[in-house]
Amino acid sequence: MAFIHGFGMHVPARVVTNEKIAASMGKTPDWIEGATGIRERRWAETETSVADLAVLAAQDCLRSSQIVPGMIIVASGTAKPGFPGPAAEVAARLGYEGIPALDVPMASAGSLFGMALASRMVESYGDVLVIGAEKMSAAIQNLEDPSTAILFGDGAGSVLISNRPGRWKILNSVLHSDGQFRDELTYDGASKLHMNGLSVIMQASRKIPAAIQEALASANIAASDVTAFLMHQANHNLIVRVAKALEVPGEKFYSNIERYGNTSSASMLIAAAEWAANSPQDGPIVFAAFGAGYHWGALVAVSEK
Amino acid sequence: MPETSQRERLLRVIASIAQKLPADPEESLFESGLLDSFALPDLVSALEKEFSIEIPDRDLNPRKFDSIARIEQYLSTRAA
Repeated sequence: MAFIHGFGMHVPARVVTNEKIAASMGKTPDWIEGATGIRERRWAETETSVADLAVLAAQDCLRSSQIVPGMIIVASGTAKPGFPGPAAEVAARLGYEGIPALDVPMASAGSLFGMALASRMVESYGDVLVIGAEKMSAAIQNLEDPSTAILFGDGAGSVLISNRPGRWKILNSVLHSDGQFRDELTYDGASKLHMNGLSVIMQASRKIPAAIQEALASANIAASDVTAFLMHQANHNLIVRVAKALEVPGEKFYSNIERYGNTSSASMLIAAAEWAANSPQDGPIVFAAFGAGYHWGALVAVSEK
Repeated sequence: MPETSQRERLLRVIASIAQKLPADPEESLFESGLLDSFALPDLVSALEKEFSIEIPDRDLNPRKFDSIARIEQYLSTRAA
């Protein structure tokens, strides 16, 4: 069995409002908010790395704990290309010598995949720290379509998953990939982020609700009984659409995209961290994400009394 | 005539989603601004309902639904 013990997060201090970027993108602030639900996002300083963001989110998660994880998983689509990825550096900077540090270079679905993997690895490694960390602002600089720059922000989220009983028990997870759409959302780490927005919206609109329903059916839980949906924060209109497809009130979908934008693999865990910090209601919770690959999935957990 | 009937049904579907109909069957529904990106899932659902077909995920290439002409071309492949 695997349990979620707690979350952490870090976002850069620099706030970039719609007003600051609208003119250069050929849009108005109101248009940006209407199209995306985003009012502002955080962009890290030039010298800040993905590993920097990840370390801070990890420290936030473990701040009140003496736990030394048995494994670290770092998901990121914007780490420096090539090898090694950021996980080994993150583990070293946290002082965790010798523990396995796994990179998951998956962008938006990365932390969901990381959690699913961690839930299975706890049997061997005890406590597994999963981090999603992104510096999307670096990818934005060379976007083919400048107007897409309105979507993205920087940040990191983290979660501690363990075989020791904890706040939430993970019931199951479902993961999927479909590489026929691999060219629809890409970033080569050096020059261009390419996104076919129509394809992403179309596929996500279908695949996210389907994965959630698949995971809930396996856990024998109705969508109406879920107390909170913690989704990858890609676009507010997409979140609303998923809620509608599941026939659940939109209020059950935690959303902070207006303040942080789309932080790719970090977004689901940043949302979870904020949600968990506000005395969440007991009951089943669902994590869900969709991203480049395409990769997507859902994970169901329930609060332990 | 079957083709006209399909065209009329298709126009009815598009009219239910867009503010107005395109002037030309080749006109891009999305680049013209008649439909935004979130209208595409609605369009696909409406086509499935109107024409009693299931459009699989692998067919959800936005280019297939970008104009009246292209939608008709896709529908013809499903009728075959």
